Amino acid sequence: MNNVLLAAAYLASAILFVLGLKALNSPQTARRGILLAEIGMLLAVVGTLLRSEIIQYQWILIGLVVGSIIGTLMAMFMPMTAMPQRIAISHSFGAIAATLVGIVEYYEHRNGLTIDHGTMAALGFEVLFGSITITGSLMAFGKLQELVKSAPVIYRFQNVSNIALFVVMVGVFVFLIVRPDTAFLFYGMIATGLLLGVLIVLPIGGADMPVVLALLNSYAGLASAATGLVISNNVLLIAGALDGTSGFFLSMMMSQAMNRSFTNVLFGAVGAVKQGAQVEVEARTVTRYTPEDAAYILESAQSVIIIPGYGMAVAQAQHAVQELAALLMERGATVRYAIHPVAGRMPGHMNVLLAEANVPYDLLCEPEQINDDFQSTDVALVIGANDVVNPAARYKKESPLYGMPILNADQAQTVMILKRSLSPGFAGEDNDLFYEKKTMMIFGDAKATLTNLNQLFKKTAPAQASQAATLEVIHL
Amino acid sequence: MNTLPFEALYILVLAGFLGFEVIRKVPPLLHTPLMSTTNAISGISLVGSLVAAGSGQSTASTVLGTLAVTAATINVVGGFLITDRMLKMFRRKERKPQ
Repeated sequence: MNNVLLAAAYLASAILFVLGLKALNSPQTARRGILLAEIGMLLAVVGTLLRSEIIQYQWILIGLVVGSIIGTLMAMFMPMTAMPQRIAISHSFGAIAATLVGIVEYYEHRNGLTIDHGTMAALGFEVLFGSITITGSLMAFGKLQELVKSAPVIYRFQNVSNIALFVVMVGVFVFLIVRPDTAFLFYGMIATGLLLGVLIVLPIGGADMPVVLALLNSYAGLASAATGLVISNNVLLIAGALDGTSGFFLSMMMSQAMNRSFTNVLFGAVGAVKQGAQVEVEARTVTRYTPEDAAYILESAQSVIIIPGYGMAVAQAQHAVQELAALLMERGATVRYAIHPVAGRMPGHMNVLLAEANVPYDLLCEPEQINDDFQSTDVALVIGANDVVNPAARYKKESPLYGMPILNADQAQTVMILKRSLSPGFAGEDNDLFYEKKTMMIFGDAKATLTNLNQLFKKTAPAQASQAATLEVIHL
Repeated sequence: MNTLPFEALYILVLAGFLGFEVIRKVPPLLHTPLMSTTNAISGISLVGSLVAAGSGQSTASTVLGTLAVTAATINVVGGFLITDRMLKMFRRKERKPQ
């Protein structure tokens, strides 16, 4: 193919990627954006296939067909609740491709003999980011799919040994840039990267997964960008850079939403067994309520804010939540959802689940939009969330949650908490909200409780309901 | 290429800044679709994989290249399809029939 045409095709695809991502700034234009990005990808692939160095197509065809089949099946049959796992594993695929291309490049240059220092530096970055992402993402996948224990795995000298391994790897990398032909070190570095990927994700617990997924997203992008440096291809460079910054931005957002630094997420191992004795073990009582009690209160509520958390995803309760919201709205109550950025296991997790259950997205509010409205809200309904409504974040200086922006559920007239048990949240911090007078704890599986509630509502005749709606909210 | 590829670094850094500005405007509502889109876009390493698999190099390279093509294609095809499936679910409130 004519080189000018090829360059033009690559340029067009880079522009289309940027425009595609730009269209994601609103749900109305988002699908059009995906189409633009798809066209961009098609242009880049077709352009590449017509390049003169490509002389055999049979292997390419096999790869394209097998990949398309697997990709399509995964996209069609993966349930929305498994989205975090899918994202994790696909970071791994991207990284595998980048790393393999790096290995081929090195191998074809007679194991580094004919590679100059600059290219070696880029190649090193490519396989380092690649190898760490491959196993890191597989570990994240394993934890999310619960193939591996999702709690943080901690052992002595963990951070010290990880950092030592990292330093060794960087040392090897620098040596390789000086002497690119030390083949055993090149392959050794990849092996070290693979090991490091596992070790870095081991101490990271479930609720920190959003940060890690975003960070791995960034690494996968940087591996692609480094590939672009190695094979001097600008579209790879640009697409990789977009991907890299996107992941980096998301992980920054997530860390901010937890009021923690990157290093704290990666090395802090929150949720591990706490050292030292429990300071205060005063016996406190919570009051257990039944779904009937909840229905009684909800019946007269004029305004309800629903706060979903990971527990809703686990119980697959999003459809039951939507049904309850619809029943309440039929009775004239306003119902909105307050979505904390780190609720769930990946950025935007709750939004996707609720969208799947047909909840219109204009009811999904960010904390800044809705936090001031809790004071004038009758019922805050917390479904399987804990740390994001823990008031300790405001006043308890020694708490790991201190300073984290939370949802002001405690300011609502009545707080209903649907939860399986009294166990503390991920951060290991007991939640004072559970013990407050206005809090109604309803224990049990969120989906079962909600289904029960919905049935209670359906039984009540509309006439009775309208009478009940005039009653005031009763404080217990 | 005997010098550091500075021209390429310019592109990398500028694209990074551009990406940051564009992505900053994506609302949290769409953060999951954003992740799966960038995931699909990072499948652009398919371009490198195609060359590795199809330019008639050693058998080892061809096999590794083919694996790379497969992995990248999974990301491209799967990533775009699932993003679209997700975005289809996002809809606005219908106007109240009052």
